Amino acid sequence: MVRGVWAKAGKVLVLGVFTILLAFPFYWMLVTSFKQNVDLYTMENNPFIFNAKPTLDHVKFLFTETRFVRWLGNTVFVGAFVVAITLVLAVPAAYSLARLSGRWGERIGIGIFLTYLIPPTLLFIPLSRVVAYLGLQDSLWALILVYPTFTVPFSVWLLMGFFKSIPKELEDAAMVDGLTRFGAFVKLVIPISTSGILTVVIFTFTLVTQEFVYALTFISSESSQMIGTGIPIFLVRGDVYYWGALMAACLIASLPIAFMYNLFLDRFIAGFTVGAVK
Amino acid sequence: MAVGGGKIKSIAAAQSPLLGAAMFSPAVLYIVLLVGGPFLLAIFYAFSDARIGSAEMHYVGLENFRSILQSPSFHVAIRNSFIFTICSQAVVIVGANILAISLENTFRGRGLIRFLILLPWVAPIALGAIGWKWILDSIYSVITWVLVAAHIYKPFSAPMWLGEPRLAIASVLLVHSWRLMPFSTVILLAGRTAIPKDIPEAAAVDGAGFWRTQLQIIIPMMRPIISVAVLFGLIFTFTDMTVVYILTAGGPFDSTQTLPNLAFTLGIQGSDLAAGAAISLFLVPMLVVIAYFMLRVANRAEVT
Amino acid sequence: MAVVQTRELTKVFKEGQLGAVNHVNLETREGEFLVFLGPSGSGKTTLLRMIAGLETPTSGDILIGGQVVNDLSPRDRRIAMVFQSYALYPHLSVYKNIAFPLRAQKVKKELHKGKVEWAASLLGIGALLDRKPRELSGGERQRVALARAIVREPAVFLLDEPLSNLDAKLRASAREELERFHRGVGTTSIYVTHDQVEAMAMGDRVMVLNQGVVHQLGTPTEVYDNPVDTFVATFLGSPPMNLVELGEVIVGFRPEHFRPASASSGDSVPFRFKVENREYLGSEWIVSGTLIGGKFEGKEIFSRLPSAQDLNPGDTHDFFVARRELKFFDRVSENRTEPRGLSWQ
Repeated sequence: MVRGVWAKAGKVLVLGVFTILLAFPFYWMLVTSFKQNVDLYTMENNPFIFNAKPTLDHVKFLFTETRFVRWLGNTVFVGAFVVAITLVLAVPAAYSLARLSGRWGERIGIGIFLTYLIPPTLLFIPLSRVVAYLGLQDSLWALILVYPTFTVPFSVWLLMGFFKSIPKELEDAAMVDGLTRFGAFVKLVIPISTSGILTVVIFTFTLVTQEFVYALTFISSESSQMIGTGIPIFLVRGDVYYWGALMAACLIASLPIAFMYNLFLDRFIAGFTVGAVK
Repeated sequence: MAVGGGKIKSIAAAQSPLLGAAMFSPAVLYIVLLVGGPFLLAIFYAFSDARIGSAEMHYVGLENFRSILQSPSFHVAIRNSFIFTICSQAVVIVGANILAISLENTFRGRGLIRFLILLPWVAPIALGAIGWKWILDSIYSVITWVLVAAHIYKPFSAPMWLGEPRLAIASVLLVHSWRLMPFSTVILLAGRTAIPKDIPEAAAVDGAGFWRTQLQIIIPMMRPIISVAVLFGLIFTFTDMTVVYILTAGGPFDSTQTLPNLAFTLGIQGSDLAAGAAISLFLVPMLVVIAYFMLRVANRAEVT
Repeated sequence: MAVVQTRELTKVFKEGQLGAVNHVNLETREGEFLVFLGPSGSGKTTLLRMIAGLETPTSGDILIGGQVVNDLSPRDRRIAMVFQSYALYPHLSVYKNIAFPLRAQKVKKELHKGKVEWAASLLGIGALLDRKPRELSGGERQRVALARAIVREPAVFLLDEPLSNLDAKLRASAREELERFHRGVGTTSIYVTHDQVEAMAMGDRVMVLNQGVVHQLGTPTEVYDNPVDTFVATFLGSPPMNLVELGEVIVGFRPEHFRPASASSGDSVPFRFKVENREYLGSEWIVSGTLIGGKFEGKEIFSRLPSAQDLNPGDTHDFFVARRELKFFDRVSENRTEPRGLSWQ
């Protein structure tokens, strides 16, 4: 019984330390966002408390004097299109690989999985040339064109696992009742897969917001920036970092994504572990 | 619609490879064009003298590779790529296992803790890195303040966390580990919940205490999942350029340079596409090794 | 003295609700094979797990070998357990599986080999020592689980429905192996099952449980021939005992005692029986139908017979039950009462 007390204390300690270490930067973002510049840049002040009254100045600055809102808009714009393209490509692909293609299906599935291992930091150089060639330099359409290269593979696995978990008998029954295989797919499987599809939507969107390399490489003008690149690059004027606004921007951009991610976490894990956990 | 015998036939044709092919072809085609194509292009550029802004391009054989291999930045970059990747992975694997053990059983507030713990992974990399840049700022770092307040350093004499080579390397390591920890933890946690409840009970009845059960039974059983977490972690860190770009841009004095960053610096900022492509090709061997191990893990799981 | 005792053992999972186990008192006999029998939810597994130390009691005591073990962890109780799924460690070889308890109890390394080989030979799995669990058949896995249990020479074996994951054909031979095993080692064993055939075949004594309460503890003969209430009477035997209400009592008789009048002799009670359905099981017939006439009009009854000649669906025949085979239960409490004379018509 004494054993139990020590175990519990150990657990609390571990959780406490890890939570603080992992979440601290975000807490710090929060605090910095609302601290007056006077407070922030006076070295003697205890940074853990508000030595001057908290202020909304940085947030105001962010929304009125920077292109932050525009970048948010850009991100949503790109996100929406990429989600659409991803769904159109990945949903049928995942279904056919899960159901229709037997051994070949497995192999192609693995092939798609392996493309995930070819990173943006390898492809960005040739792609920059392709983008220039297509005249999409500095255009958000370049991102819309290229982002599915990593959202589609990920979505295909996620959905493959998902479709495999739907019992075959449902489609067999529909076909006995007269639907074609494709008809069964459209009228039966898709409607009951809303949660899987929703998961793909959410994760595709988060992958879009997190991406950095392509956004950095293809987009140069300030007004076309995405959230992930605009903040680090354009909230720095010359060599001066506007830390207050910077931190506010980081927080505002991160939290909604964090919420959405948490809601669909279990599906996300299933996507990654499809091969290894049986 | 087909009637009677026709119905039976359409069930028998359930495998319909043709329909299958039609359904996955768009995705496969897209990937081949936009991943396979550029990949081949990268190889092609590496043997050329392509530059940004110039339409001309000539074959130059191994010239790019020769000059890269002679460049000291390159050697630092390769060294760092491996150091950052392997060291952060080691830290993460140990930490994530410990964290997963603590999170296994439900308790009040678990959802909140999980949310907080996930933040480093779900926030866009660049933004998390910027947060750390502020925390590690040479003048206003909160860490510095704490150390000064504890009289470990005199004011203005604290180290520059991102300004001194050794410390900069440590800082990059820190941020990589920080970012990766939630991802691994969450995957390991899933692996743990997949273990049948009666295994640890059998171990308890057999006389094993807590640590023996973890180290000799549970964690070995999690080998496939741990492999998945490690392999993905290696890829994410090895191929990442964001953390270094934001924190140090490769400095101070190239000490935190990595392969992806060097490729970007030379290829895009320096307009030397060929050099950039050649450098980024050095990522491939590691990726092939990782791909091999991933396939092995996937295969073993099938056999079981 | 490897005797397991419980005193007023109770486990309540949810406050205010009926406990999973309620005030159970039991005492095993040295070396016996005691079966906890009951439907799912009867508390039999919870009871077993409390004895093992995997579940803490809400109140009451558990004693092993005369010593109160409530606060002892499973490893300190000198018990061994065989789980429903066998819980073999999948990443360890059979040898290492069996050796694991020795390692955990810090037995000297030099002694491991001898003990493992002894346990393996006891169960005839010496040839399997290098294999991994996934390469073994269901029966082989059971043997490995038993070897792992016995290698520590425990005072008590606890078995949690180890046969229920096996397919029907395998179950019979695995059951027989278990019985042989028990005869060979003679360790006190407690066996949990919901299958009354298993309980009857294997148990030296059977403890019938329902809703966390012990209904009866006795030899198979006792619980079968002298059930203490209607629950025990209907739980044992397949098809279950026929029960008919008659005034203040419920009268019961087993299907095998309900036979055509032609076979009757001695003091017996006659019935008119209309056959509705018959099932041929190979070794016997199960004939179901309804009673005709008198107070039992329409009551559904089962009969077990070696032959069903002339018993066609739709026919009505004369059947009988020997008076001494009748069991009487109080209608309200459902407990067994004295036989009494009744007017049947």
